[in-house]
Amino acid sequence: MGWLPDPVERLLEVALVGELTVIGRNGRPIMHPLIPLYDGEKLYLHSSTLFSKKLEHIKRDPHVALALTDPVAMKGNPDRATIQGTARVIEDDPHKDWERLILDLWRAKEPSIDDFLKARVALPLFFERAVIEITPERCLYWADGETDRAPIKTQAPKAEAA
Amino acid sequence: MTAMRSGAVPAHDPTATDFERLAMYPHVIASWVDDDGYPTSVATSLKADAVAGTVKLAPPAGMKIPTDREIGVMGSHIRPQPGIGYDQRRYLQLWGRTTDGTTFTPVRAWGWDENETPFFEYSERSVPQSRRYLAALSKEKGRTIRPKLSPFWLVLRTTRLPFLTATAVPVLLGIAVAATDGAFTWWTALLTLIGGSFAHLGINVTNDIFDTLSGADDANTTPTQFSGGSRVAVYDLVSIRGLVWVALALFGAAAAIGLLLVAITGSMTLLWIGVAGILVGVAYTAPPLKLVYRGLGEIAVAIGFGPIMLLGAYVVQTGRLAVEPMVLSLVPGILIALILFVNEIPDRRSDAEAGKRTLPTRFSPDVIRTGYLVAAMVAFAVIGVGAGIGLLPWPTLLALAAVPIAFRVHSGLKVHYDSPYTLMAVMGTNVNLNLAVGGLLLVAYILTIAVMLIGA
Repeated sequence: MGWLPDPVERLLEVALVGELTVIGRNGRPIMHPLIPLYDGEKLYLHSSTLFSKKLEHIKRDPHVALALTDPVAMKGNPDRATIQGTARVIEDDPHKDWERLILDLWRAKEPSIDDFLKARVALPLFFERAVIEITPERCLYWADGETDRAPIKTQAPKAEAA
Repeated sequence: MTAMRSGAVPAHDPTATDFERLAMYPHVIASWVDDDGYPTSVATSLKADAVAGTVKLAPPAGMKIPTDREIGVMGSHIRPQPGIGYDQRRYLQLWGRTTDGTTFTPVRAWGWDENETPFFEYSERSVPQSRRYLAALSKEKGRTIRPKLSPFWLVLRTTRLPFLTATAVPVLLGIAVAATDGAFTWWTALLTLIGGSFAHLGINVTNDIFDTLSGADDANTTPTQFSGGSRVAVYDLVSIRGLVWVALALFGAAAAIGLLLVAITGSMTLLWIGVAGILVGVAYTAPPLKLVYRGLGEIAVAIGFGPIMLLGAYVVQTGRLAVEPMVLSLVPGILIALILFVNEIPDRRSDAEAGKRTLPTRFSPDVIRTGYLVAAMVAFAVIGVGAGIGLLPWPTLLALAAVPIAFRVHSGLKVHYDSPYTLMAVMGTNVNLNLAVGGLLLVAYILTIAVMLIGA
């Protein structure tokens, strides 16, 4: 079961874009806007092999953070949150794995994906994808998105953080 | 601007434009790696000073932006379009350090704005990254991991099947002209259509092989559904070896049908037409002739899809050459060469880079547009004059109804010449021009045959 605070779960349910930060080769933080998916326990992001440098970074250092900051991408919800955690890349079969693992979650958030999938032949490599599964470990939450006030910090129960 | 890393859109030293653009985002996200080794991000506001080369960040409460390590600052914007997807995608990321936790001095920048680099172009620029990633993954997993497509789409894409209309028009016209001369056998007509199609698909695959080997397809980052080749080898959906086998199979099938037709008709003329057709098609990109690299690509296509296809189909039925099909063949020859001509426009930069001397690489947009209209009008003039002097049956004048389509393409070229993706609609209209003229000419010949049958 998930432990993220309710307001953060609500953000995750509507978020069409979040900013994933991975750690680059020289310890530099590198951000990527991506659509975040959430199954009530883990976060899922996904990446085409076309834009796969982030996957290489995660495999080298799995520590990541996902920021939810833009009210436009949160259907007007002004809250903000940053979720830190450990990621693993699921890439055994970039052609099919992601469909089995996340297509339903993706479709629920972005129904137009089915139309894009029908046109898979037009841009085949875009649909060769790896899944980034994030186990949340720490969370910073700003009610009303006001970062001039200190965030509410929560942490995963010990067993989950492991 | 100094490129600092390879990639679809290279990183660079921050410019004044970067500061101006960053300042336009309503908020930015500051990110750093915390003492526990996790990235931390926080939204904040900013004030950019392009002259000083600094960004003043509003300090987030309860957190301290570190001064002893590099941090990232990103502005990001996207507009969700419910039920459609997204638009207005852009982001800009800067890296550097702060001296006091608020004054940020970036030293490198990277970003993407789909208004400047459309998503499809950005994706094409990223193909080498996909190949590197899958190669490394294959090594890691100890098995080959390649991109895939369903067999149906793979065959369609590899052979560029929809382009077969370019074969159907001249072949059907050749058969129709022969029928007005009283020669028509349905099964040899069908074999001609199938054999011609195999040859055309074989030529398509061969051209892809040589365009991939020459680097022309790799260099092309703005392919469209009408231009830039099949890209199956560029995407590693099919290996070059696989394409060679596909081409050999298609040419083998075409040759078998062609030889069968030569045996049936006993016409050596047909044999030479078939051999010439395959040679011209292969030599389009293949060494030693590489016609498209010598400025002869459009002529080669006009000959291949005009006289060779149409006369070949006529000879199968009649066993001889004649003036009427020769003259009529100029029409699809010109119009199909014009399909190539317009489809070469978005490829002109990568073609020039690869050494291809297509007309759009050699002449200005004005010359190309005028050339298009002149050539299209010559095709219509052939019909008008041909019918006028009684060489072609008078119902062929019906095809002149398609003249406005040529003007629509000409107008579209004025507006969309420099935009590969909006040019697609123009390219589609240009394909329709050939179909419309070909279709109307077929109707004309069917009417002529009907009149002959009624008269008989």
